Amino acid sequence: MAEKTEETNGGRKGLYSQKVMDLFLHPHNAGEIKDADGVGEVGNPICGDLLKLFIKVEGGKITGIKFLTFGCASAIATSSMITDLAKGKTLEEALRITRGDVSSELGGLPKIKEHCSNLAADALHEAVYDYLKKNGKTIPPELEREHERHVLEAKSVEAHEIL
Amino acid sequence: MEKTVYLDNAATTRVDERVLEAMQPFFTERYGNASSLHALGIDARNALAESREAIAGALNASAGEIVFTAGGSEADNLAVIGAAMANRTKEKNRIVVSAIEHPAVYNAAEFLKRSGFDVVFLPVDAKAFVNIDALRKALTPETILVSVMHANNEVGTIEPIQEVAELCKKQGVLFHTDAVQSFTKEKIDLKALPADFVSLSSHKIHGPKGAGALFVRRGTRVQPLVYGGPHEHRLRAGTENVAGIVGFAEAAKLAQREAPKAVPKMRELRDSLIKRVLEIDGAYLNGAEPSSDTGGIDKRLCNNAHFRFDAIEGEAILLRLDALGVQGSTGSACSSASLKPSRVLLSMGLSHVQAHGSLRLSLSKFSTCEEIVYAGDCVEKVVKELREFSALKK
Repeated sequence: MAEKTEETNGGRKGLYSQKVMDLFLHPHNAGEIKDADGVGEVGNPICGDLLKLFIKVEGGKITGIKFLTFGCASAIATSSMITDLAKGKTLEEALRITRGDVSSELGGLPKIKEHCSNLAADALHEAVYDYLKKNGKTIPPELEREHERHVLEAKSVEAHEIL
Repeated sequence: MEKTVYLDNAATTRVDERVLEAMQPFFTERYGNASSLHALGIDARNALAESREAIAGALNASAGEIVFTAGGSEADNLAVIGAAMANRTKEKNRIVVSAIEHPAVYNAAEFLKRSGFDVVFLPVDAKAFVNIDALRKALTPETILVSVMHANNEVGTIEPIQEVAELCKKQGVLFHTDAVQSFTKEKIDLKALPADFVSLSSHKIHGPKGAGALFVRRGTRVQPLVYGGPHEHRLRAGTENVAGIVGFAEAAKLAQREAPKAVPKMRELRDSLIKRVLEIDGAYLNGAEPSSDTGGIDKRLCNNAHFRFDAIEGEAILLRLDALGVQGSTGSACSSASLKPSRVLLSMGLSHVQAHGSLRLSLSKFSTCEEIVYAGDCVEKVVKELREFSALKK
């Protein structure tokens, strides 16, 4: 009897599930929004991952969303997934979308690739943060803390490459 | 079956039909243990001896100097660890290894370091050529062994091993070279090259996986890694994988015989692939220039093309190529189990970002012009598409 691997193996043949492969090969909402209302940028090219998420907000809802990604198949698939999850949602609903939501919508990712799904959810929250900040709106304290963490992480990765 | 263009021959190769045919009898007919005294055993022993002669002949060495192993990694380990352990004294405990060695050499050296040896890693330049001055400085009276690979598995650079070997010989230092990628593609004459250890692998030359060999120059002191029966001149215990070894020998014979036509053909196809891919904006070649540019001796392995692309990531490139039927490999962090980018690329001075955007395409004697043209077109398509939504696009 073959051993079960750590990875969730939703009847797939390769490293990734069919869903991940589909979104990777045919991503939804890829591109930029030049006059975006909020932009979230997370990750670091030094680590091999950079995600820019653009949102248009009208009446407290995300009416438009696009992404640009430098990264692997997981990164591209999760970026695409987050745009599907967030489109049409209110800002509050968007902030409630977690890293786990992205991963489970995709039918699971290999353990080693979970950090890619983290990036997608983080970028969405950062985009919302950016929108709220630009428009002088109240920023929920937890979101503020999340943002500060990203800023710190970005600084430490840069230092790491120099080392 | 979909069209596939297999360009990952540096990772492994398809077994040649003729090799398979040569191996066939050794599973259900000529399956004796080569140490047995009966007719079946004697027959296996003879097949083993013939194979040994064939491998030795391909190196211009003698059969008594060939130790069969389960592959290139084992041969590397036997050379590095076996030589270090057998030749260490109170005064002599230094091992010198290039920074771009295959993990089978590099990690064996790291093991030696943890075991108390003084291990020096030699830097390389931007094209992955080892720094000879650094080698000269590192060769002290304490040095036991130097290991510099013949051709690098990632970027295909061919190292100046003749020079390195002669330097080592002058200093009375043992020299090991990992010829896993170069064997039968580059000439190796052990009467002219004063190497003490040479590692070989079967599955890189259209032989079966699970077979390799280490050349050990007569008179060299080396300690076994696998203890047991007196097999392989008492250097490597274990009932011989006769079928695999016969396959290996057949593959070596075929490769040698066909090299005069196959090598120039691979080189030509490699060069046309390189030229095609470099037409793409923001595409660069990693490793030594192809001979068509230097106009002289090829310092790049005849079947290796290694590129990096601005603004996009290796695993993404690979999987999109795979979807189009083109199979290659990458040095990006995302594609490795350790999430670290290629040590070889970093040693050449590439940044992390540059290493992430890398692609290796490696040909074989079976590659055709049509395949190369198709591959080049696919690379361009994939690069353009990924750049469209890249967060690093200009």
